[in-house]
Amino acid sequence: MTAVAAPPSRGPRPRVARVRADRRRVGPLVYVAAVVVAVAVLAPVVYAVISGFRSNGQLAENPVGLPSPWVWQNYVNVLTGGNFWKYALNSTIIALITTAVVVVLGIMAAYPLARYRFKGRDGLYMVFVLGLLFPATVAIIPLFLQIRDLGLVNTFWGVALPQAAFALPVTVVILRPFLQALPKELEEAASIDGASRIGFFWRILVPLSGPGMVTVGVLAFVGSWNAYLLPLLILNDPAMKTLPLGVADFSTQYASDTAGVLAFTSLAVIPALVFFLTMQKRIVSGLQGAVKG
Amino acid sequence: MASDLTPRTQGRGPRGAAAGARTGAAGQASAWPAAAGPRDPDARFRSRQWRQRLEIAFFVTPALVLFAVFVVVPIVQAGRYSMFKWNGLGPMDNFIGFQNYANALADTIFQRAVTNNLLIVVLSIAIQLPIGLAIALLLNRSFPGRTAMRVIVFVPYVLAEVVAGVIWALLLQPNGPLDSVLDAVGLGFVKQVWLGDPGFALWTVIGVLTWKYVGLAIVLLLAGLQGVPEELNEAASIDGASWWQVQRKITIPLLGPTIRTWIFLSMIGSLQLFDMVWILTKGGPANATVTMATYLINQGTERSQYGYASAVAVLLFAISFILAILYQTFIQRNDSDDASVVRGRRKVSR
Repeated sequence: MTAVAAPPSRGPRPRVARVRADRRRVGPLVYVAAVVVAVAVLAPVVYAVISGFRSNGQLAENPVGLPSPWVWQNYVNVLTGGNFWKYALNSTIIALITTAVVVVLGIMAAYPLARYRFKGRDGLYMVFVLGLLFPATVAIIPLFLQIRDLGLVNTFWGVALPQAAFALPVTVVILRPFLQALPKELEEAASIDGASRIGFFWRILVPLSGPGMVTVGVLAFVGSWNAYLLPLLILNDPAMKTLPLGVADFSTQYASDTAGVLAFTSLAVIPALVFFLTMQKRIVSGLQGAVKG
Repeated sequence: MASDLTPRTQGRGPRGAAAGARTGAAGQASAWPAAAGPRDPDARFRSRQWRQRLEIAFFVTPALVLFAVFVVVPIVQAGRYSMFKWNGLGPMDNFIGFQNYANALADTIFQRAVTNNLLIVVLSIAIQLPIGLAIALLLNRSFPGRTAMRVIVFVPYVLAEVVAGVIWALLLQPNGPLDSVLDAVGLGFVKQVWLGDPGFALWTVIGVLTWKYVGLAIVLLLAGLQGVPEELNEAASIDGASWWQVQRKITIPLLGPTIRTWIFLSMIGSLQLFDMVWILTKGGPANATVTMATYLINQGTERSQYGYASAVAVLLFAISFILAILYQTFIQRNDSDDASVVRGRRKVSR
């Protein structure tokens, strides 16, 4: 919920309405519908995970079924094969660099946009807002050539820096209102106590914006972790590939080894799912923040 | 959209909030009086101004440099490259003006891509909105397992598009898992060559996109529903309105702004669609599922026609931009009382 990332000075919201959902009679139809929805949503993922425990022979005989016997070999092969860990490590490094760059630069840029008055402030903000309309897809060809000319092909930075750049607009757009909402008394108190504005930024603003930074950080991390197009163009060295590239490669290279592909894909899902389950509130609040401002 | 500029205004009138923000900023400006500056007030003011400019530059420059190098320059370059016939290597000396644009607009495959994108835009909204609304209204009622359901419906959205694509490609193989499930439940007659039939592949892609993205609609609509005061529902039901009447006459109209914002996000995402199509069909069979993004990658990196691909990129941007502006002007304008600001985010909606 937005409340998680809500800045302290927000006006009270109709809390009662949020906590109390529609409490009137819930008929059996609701449960039936809920089960149908849950099955439709989860079936593909559950199918992939369970079928990873079957052999190709079992899959050929009957594409849908429980493993009998359970075969661990597919998962063991993936986990001991080395490539999976290499891809996962590459994905992690790129996602961490992207997140760090975007959070640090994002909050620095959002600070003057939120709390200084100067000519051209709105114009500067508009630059970032317009950036929202330029997803990397649109500029991917010149971006690829630019990265090539900078000598960053097949490097982590060659993926992380452009990703951070394209994530900046949404970061600034989420963080600015967050910083604006911090009470100005804090600033007055800091000024009376002799802090400079830069001191105020590091000692008071940054610690207080923790929730906002986590939200934009999680969004940047997930975006980078799932990215496909940019890494596809920038990383051709097999040693540098990320998990999405690895999954796509594996599924075409070993197309006949269906069980192996399912095991590989299932294992690639796990980090994203674990991360999502732990960060679920942040991701949702970030998306809502991105929508509601 | 004004919610950018005057956000977090729930509970206050937007105008009041905007005014509040303005006075707040004014208050901040005076928070740091130049404590030990020169006596002359003018000089004091000037030195303060210089200091402030330096501070602003210190904070904003790193972000602006990154943004310029990787966003602004490539976009400007796309416009420049699009005027040349160029394979990405060697000197760019074959200036052909707008010929690339003319070629692209005359190419039937590109026309197909634009049609497909527009079809995906319209159908994503037409399919996902009713489903999303129905599930959101369902999940807004209180029943055991509701919290778990909220997490479950969002799972596909969090998966990488590539991962979801690979799983679906396996499920949709001829005589694969989906076909055998359909056979088992007696629905064998709806079987298709899901991804291999040029006449059907686009529908399959749209189906998979629905599975992947309806969770976003649900989560956003649920958030919108929580802003609908319970008192309204209670009052209406005391007056004898049925559950359905309450939803139709009160809840859904109040969700208007949320729905319009979601439509915008969905639209931008559909126009930029690449990953899922690339994994499922590579734009095939026989260009049946080609999108503007797969077309431009195909022409650019696969065939090294960088000038031509840049022209396609500019067209893709122009189409997205025009639709976004039209949408903001004619549909979302009532949601804000401030200057409309175009926004949207691909990764959010894709």
